[in-house]
Amino acid sequence: MSRRRGAVAITTAGVAALVLAACNGGEADADGDGGATGQDAAAGEEVTITWWHNSNNDPGRSYYEQVAEDFMADNPGVTIDITAIAHDDMLTRLDAAFQTGDHPDIFMERGGGETAAHADAGLLRDLTDDAADTISVIEAYTGGYTVEERVYALPFSSGVVGFWYNQDLFDQAGITEVPTTMTEFDDTVAALKSAGIEPVSVGAGEGWPAAHYYYYYALRACPEDAVVAAVEQHDFSDNCWVAAGEHLEELIATEPFNAGFLATPAQTGPTSASGLLASEQVAMELAGHWEPGVMQGLSEDNTIPFNLGWFGFPAIDGGAGDQDAVLGGGDAWAVNADAPDAAVDFAEYLLSDEVQTGFAENDMGLPTNPAASGSVTDEALAELLDTRDEAPLVQLYFDTAFGENIGGAMNEAVVAIFAGSGTPQGVVDAMVDAAAQE
Amino acid sequence: MTQHVHAPPARSGSAPEGAGAGVPPAARKRRAGAWRKRAEIAFFVAPALALVATFIAFPVAQAVRYSFYRWNGLGPLENWVGLENYVRALGHEVFTDAVVNNLTIVVLSVVVQLPLGLGIALLLNRQMRGQSLLRVVIFIPYVLAEVVAGVVWFLLLQPRGMLNALLEAAGLGEWVQLWLADPDIALWTVLGVLTWKYLGLAVILMLAGLQGVPPELYEAAQIDGATWWQVQRKITIPLLGPTIRTWAFLSMIGSLQLFDMVWILTGGGPANATVTMAVYLIDQGTNRSLYGYASAVAVLLFVISLTLAALYQVFILRRDVAEAPARRRRRRAVR
Repeated sequence: MSRRRGAVAITTAGVAALVLAACNGGEADADGDGGATGQDAAAGEEVTITWWHNSNNDPGRSYYEQVAEDFMADNPGVTIDITAIAHDDMLTRLDAAFQTGDHPDIFMERGGGETAAHADAGLLRDLTDDAADTISVIEAYTGGYTVEERVYALPFSSGVVGFWYNQDLFDQAGITEVPTTMTEFDDTVAALKSAGIEPVSVGAGEGWPAAHYYYYYALRACPEDAVVAAVEQHDFSDNCWVAAGEHLEELIATEPFNAGFLATPAQTGPTSASGLLASEQVAMELAGHWEPGVMQGLSEDNTIPFNLGWFGFPAIDGGAGDQDAVLGGGDAWAVNADAPDAAVDFAEYLLSDEVQTGFAENDMGLPTNPAASGSVTDEALAELLDTRDEAPLVQLYFDTAFGENIGGAMNEAVVAIFAGSGTPQGVVDAMVDAAAQE
Repeated sequence: MTQHVHAPPARSGSAPEGAGAGVPPAARKRRAGAWRKRAEIAFFVAPALALVATFIAFPVAQAVRYSFYRWNGLGPLENWVGLENYVRALGHEVFTDAVVNNLTIVVLSVVVQLPLGLGIALLLNRQMRGQSLLRVVIFIPYVLAEVVAGVVWFLLLQPRGMLNALLEAAGLGEWVQLWLADPDIALWTVLGVLTWKYLGLAVILMLAGLQGVPPELYEAAQIDGATWWQVQRKITIPLLGPTIRTWAFLSMIGSLQLFDMVWILTGGGPANATVTMAVYLIDQGTNRSLYGYASAVAVLLFVISLTLAALYQVFILRRDVAEAPARRRRRRAVR
């Protein structure tokens, strides 16, 4: 299960990270040597590929083990060394590994500014030509992993962000149709409130869940060229970036959010935004495709005790952006710049019709290979897949797109608006200031 | 013991006088002995020095070096920016807020915990039933792992948490607060939890200090007809001075480096209301990949802590250090 954690909330102490990095250093070094000789794997030499992924629970974990077994059976001489780690731990270990250059042969990238920074530092293998066939199959999703026309990772899962809602609570409040405009959304909030139901939970304590509102308002308010200028040149001069904050202020003024939202975590524990939705204490939450899985994990018997529904972020009045565009993101397989060729073959195999179909059948995410689209078994996810495929534009989460530095500054400034201490102009100022540091 | 009576001949000045014109054999022997002694010291100190150099001096030097670069942690250090990171940090509102928060915690920790700790220590120093049990109870929070205590308090202080439920049940509904989510209250909440956590240390240290107050003084005071309050003010507290000053020093250093409890309770939020220097630097480094900038913040934290610690040593702790030999001299004179 891949989850997004825009800003990693839980960071292991630096010392622990270094110790881990040191431990991994040994392995990776050995592999690095293997890699050097592994270029001639075709000549029958032994080659070991290290692979880190975050599917550390079943069915994902066993599925990936099986995938590796299959690949090894078809490619004698290739050994795949799997490390399955919890998502946050993986990010911490990857960060440490990048700094020492001892990162695994195949690992996960989230795209945007982060991937660009890794590519600039020479950590990633350019897959544009080596994996051209696979890229042509999934090219609708490779944009976020492309730096100066070169593709550095193969996206295997891509989800979208929208409102997950409790159908039962909506019924209780007499809401028959999901809102499609902000005005209708305000009415929905009012109806829920008058029925004594807390309308929306948001994990503003971690920044990014709150910032998703700002991203969506920006996506609705900004013309496409303003978004492109922001992502590519970090140019935030278009007034839509301020307008997005003003829309957000209007929403916050209607007080739709759970009590104490400023300190609410995103997904950890029963008091998190996901936990509040799962325990029926709020009626909806803006979240990505990971939400049903997260809620199952937070419930005692691994089920969601109510009818879960989904609707897209409503349209705004007079926005210059596409009102049907969606915000999303996902994960991609990147290959170490020093990895043997067999690693590219394996990364391509992970995107094959066969593996992506299994990935979909196990509900591990939303596959990018169209051949696997029909295989998603979970109803909510299947519905989401249709939304994604029908959307005119899937915009990568802005914090990921802008990179950790500008993205982090933006998220912090958005939270300040939520706290009532920040302004829409403050968000733009924070982004411009952070961009000046790059 | 008596060998020391015929101490070596004139120590001062003999070496320069004899320079060049043949050093007396005794002095030569002495010098060889001195070298041997130095070699011995070096031999025994070397492992500790190596550890300090590897794990303290070298990382500090590296942080100073990084702090002059704009660096995202990847690739080589290329973008030299001089003091820009420092200028930026000192002009950044969140960082200056963090410094103010740290200093607030330094001062309020001492102001709140000192009278409380002293009071509880005086109470617990009396002979009473269940004395040991009470001491243990007071000390338990300090023994708990910081993260465990943090998580427990985090849950208790939720909007629908136990504290608010208790207040409601007690008919104090209007006292219900968003303890961790209200930017105006969060820092006070953190201070409250810190007091709960560290009061035990203050009490234990002061109890230990109280054991060192000679009972004769109390008896003498009683005979002179001193009231309980006079006894505390004129005898107990002055004699507890060294203990209090050492505890305050520990408390100050802990407050300056405060990280774990804040990270668990609020993560520096809401909206940076509880951010401390350490939280800020971890956030800028690990979460934003601004390793050069975060290094500059780390150096600033180091310099601020060092300066305050040094000032404290010079102006406050020195009295204790200077007192010790004086007292020894006095005792010898009596003999």
